Amino acid sequence: MDLRPTPSQTVGPFFHLGLTADARSVAVMASAQAKGEQVWLCCRIFDGEGLPVTDAMIELWQADAEGRYHGGNQNIGADPECPGFGRLATNEEGRCDFETVKPGCVPGPDDVHQAPHIEVAIFARGLLKQLFTRIYFADDPANAGDPVLALVPVDRRATLMARPQTGRPNHWQFDIHLQGDLETVFFDV
Amino acid sequence: MDSPTSHRPIVHPYQRHAPGTQPDFLYEPYRSTVARSPRKPLIFLPHTLSETTGPVYGHDEVAEADHDLTRQHSGEPLGERIIVSGRVVDSNGRPVPSALVEIWQANAAGRYFHSKDQHPAPLDPNFTGAGRALTDQSGGYRFVTIKPGPYPWLNHYNAWRPAHIHFSIFGRAFLTRLVTQMYFPGDPLFAFDPIFQSVPDEKARQRMISRFDLETTQPQWATGYKFDIVLRGEEATRFET
Repeated sequence: MDLRPTPSQTVGPFFHLGLTADARSVAVMASAQAKGEQVWLCCRIFDGEGLPVTDAMIELWQADAEGRYHGGNQNIGADPECPGFGRLATNEEGRCDFETVKPGCVPGPDDVHQAPHIEVAIFARGLLKQLFTRIYFADDPANAGDPVLALVPVDRRATLMARPQTGRPNHWQFDIHLQGDLETVFFDV
Repeated sequence: MDSPTSHRPIVHPYQRHAPGTQPDFLYEPYRSTVARSPRKPLIFLPHTLSETTGPVYGHDEVAEADHDLTRQHSGEPLGERIIVSGRVVDSNGRPVPSALVEIWQANAAGRYFHSKDQHPAPLDPNFTGAGRALTDQSGGYRFVTIKPGPYPWLNHYNAWRPAHIHFSIFGRAFLTRLVTQMYFPGDPLFAFDPIFQSVPDEKARQRMISRFDLETTQPQWATGYKFDIVLRGEEATRFET
């Protein structure tokens, strides 16, 4: 058997059928009973012409409020009310809304902690493979010591920040720009 | 190795893709990539716990019948009944058990059960075209479905997609997540399809093509196609003192 990885291909315009229809969507990443600060996260995607991307899918992955991941072999003690996975299709405004808790700091390399962040994968027609980025929380004091943000040029770090929505406590906005002056930082993972 | 008293989880980095074996974001013949591909350089991310862990998703929802797309309605769908099976392994040859495999596809006439599909071909009231399954202990999966038809799209004049089944796989880690398309051997449309051709390496393109398999073909019932899926594996174990 050939053991080289299978190439990626676009999800195309009809992925809803297999990936987000019926109960396949996951808007709630942590229940209301989960420990920590409840967060509503509004994500939007724009293309290089500034138009909303209305046929994308966003998948999110995060740790619980104490920085523990629910999946795999590392989940000892993780909050069962915080599975930490979300997946939604964008709507006609290029938008989708998740409900979760703010993740805690996660262990990073060399005993440095990573600031609270959410892993993001973006799939869409026109994306031949998923784009990886991260959501950080603007003005979190831990951002200053985050080892991944340190890899990003200072003038582009703002593209990775969710921002508080004015007048709506615990509501955060994260805009993704696939291209252009405001292009979001994407990672080579 | 960490000592047992250390609270720092061990992070095993994953292998990176060899050049040419995956598509780039910008591939101009596929027009939708032009306004949707990033133009600034990607930032190289050393793998952390956040990338090497991944969700356990969908396991409670997958029902045994979900793997059979020919039995989701009162009647049988039209078309050529096929069995698609294979193994999900990583690039170190380790099977990936309990992996969620989700598929979706057009019907035998090349029409998706989707409001945005405008191809003037008939819908089949007995075919939705979505299925899912969990891999077994050896990474094996199996679907029963009908062979999808090719269909036209608006990318360029007289553009047709080769027949394909969309596959989505969750591996062990968020970074091993893969969405791809499974093609059928000998399709005359390969040479003209920019999505298939977006993978630069010829051998890598071949890895998206299933093979006809007489062993899994069932007499008087259905032809069999094999499609093995390889996810990224961890880097070779590092020198440990």
